[in-house]
Amino acid sequence: MRPTTGFARALTIGVAAAVVVLALDSAVHVLMAQNPFGGPRPSADPQVGGIVGWLLSKQSEFYREMSSTIRAAKSDGSAVWTLLVISFAYGIFHAAGPGHGKAVISSYLVANQETARRGIVLSFASALMQSLVAVAIVGICALLLNATAKTMCGAERAIEIVSYALIAAFGARLVWTKGGGFIRALQAQQPVPAIVGAAHHHHSHGHDHGHHHEHHARDHVHDEHRGHSHGPVPSELAGPGGWRRGLGAIFAVGLRPCSGAILVLVFALAQGMFWAGITATFVMGLGTAITVATIAVLAVSARDLARRLSGASEGGGALIMRGLEFGAAGLVLLLGVGLLFGYIAAERVTCL
Amino acid sequence: MNTLMRRLLGLLLLVGALALGTGAAQAHPHVWITATSELIYAADGSITGVRHAWTFDDMFSTYALQGLETRTKGVYSREELAPLAQTNVESLKEFGFFTFAKADGKKEKFQEPVDYFLEYKDAALTLHFTLPLKTPVKPKELALEVFDPTYFIDFQLDDKNPIKLVGAPIACQLKIQRPNDGTANARKLSEQNFLSGDNSNYGAMFANKITVDCP
Repeated sequence: MRPTTGFARALTIGVAAAVVVLALDSAVHVLMAQNPFGGPRPSADPQVGGIVGWLLSKQSEFYREMSSTIRAAKSDGSAVWTLLVISFAYGIFHAAGPGHGKAVISSYLVANQETARRGIVLSFASALMQSLVAVAIVGICALLLNATAKTMCGAERAIEIVSYALIAAFGARLVWTKGGGFIRALQAQQPVPAIVGAAHHHHSHGHDHGHHHEHHARDHVHDEHRGHSHGPVPSELAGPGGWRRGLGAIFAVGLRPCSGAILVLVFALAQGMFWAGITATFVMGLGTAITVATIAVLAVSARDLARRLSGASEGGGALIMRGLEFGAAGLVLLLGVGLLFGYIAAERVTCL
Repeated sequence: MNTLMRRLLGLLLLVGALALGTGAAQAHPHVWITATSELIYAADGSITGVRHAWTFDDMFSTYALQGLETRTKGVYSREELAPLAQTNVESLKEFGFFTFAKADGKKEKFQEPVDYFLEYKDAALTLHFTLPLKTPVKPKELALEVFDPTYFIDFQLDDKNPIKLVGAPIACQLKIQRPNDGTANARKLSEQNFLSGDNSNYGAMFANKITVDCP
């Protein structure tokens, strides 16, 4: 009996590690590859087809219609409604592209045991912030300072770098936290009683966390702290304390405005229709949020499914889930670093 | 073993969902350029460079003109646009001017652009610039591609006279493959030619491929 369970355990750990590595690898590969199907598609049709081609042509259509609609809205008030419909549709399609924090938000949700509802809230909040930043950039640079496109793109670049650095820092933090959980889950697998040391290690982290966010309620910190210092039982690890980290996610992701929104805003401003541009930007953000939220909910559901399938009540299942969270945390870090150093193609800043 | 298999399956499902979520990451254009290009030949029949005229869409044109002071509102002279043209060519350098040339299969390099200026007409900016080849070439087949690998910019060849051969030997034949005209292998060819291992070349699908055969 004993040797069998030992073997199964070792095998589980091995498989878990392999899958995490595989997951990271495939995710990174997919991120780096601009082609979602990995390499040339074995299709007889040389044209850009399928869902991707359709998405691209649709959003191009909507985007190109925006400038003419803004022009039309100058003389015809009803064109504003058309503009709003186009903006909304564009936002939905557009968010399927790089940027807009889908990957970061989804990975964060998986890593931090967030619920689908929180995922939706995070998606909408970060999209709202993106819209606000876009309006702020154009409002300050173009409207107030009458700066040139060169200056504006400089500002965009600076903000972009800060945003990516924040994502990397946020990811590093998640890796630190989730690494602890993963190690403890690993230790729980082994008969060596090393739990005390691990709990102590985590204790100091909780403290550090609280320190960074002193403005938050104290009992909040305490709560999280207590939850974490227990053993690797998923239900105990999930829970409060994530809001502060959630705010971090919103800020890191939402700081980077959408190049499309900036272009629309500057164009609207030049047409003397800045308010229409602002409205369009927020409606676009709404569309973006819907897409990001859908993907986020998908990621959370998949994680929950994985938890159910892996039978998280057992020790091995907990290990797999901790490993998964650790992997997702690592993905956030990788995304941030990759974006920062240009390994991952993000939406380009309009600097020509 | 059974539970292990179930665990594995669950994880694979999750990986798949994540890959889908992140895999939707596709580039998409924000700037549209209508291009006309000229291949310039020397008297001896060798190609010396490429002269581009790129017209930007009205949204980007407006963006680029933001904050530019002019004597007359709405009128932009070539001199007033000169600093912007300077910025344009400097920025384009980072992207290899989105112009990729191969002479008989060998990649050719370009020098810094010359004779560049901007023109404002019908609410659109047109950037004119000439890219001299590092060394003039006289190949049997010249392949020229104009595209943005990241597909932030959508390049479309002008409907009328997209490519002109200036001073080319009479025997030279010009072929144009647009990304969406259904020309067989347009995409495959460009990927084989320019993908060269790295996969940051999504925009190659939207490349405009020009070939000149001089027997």
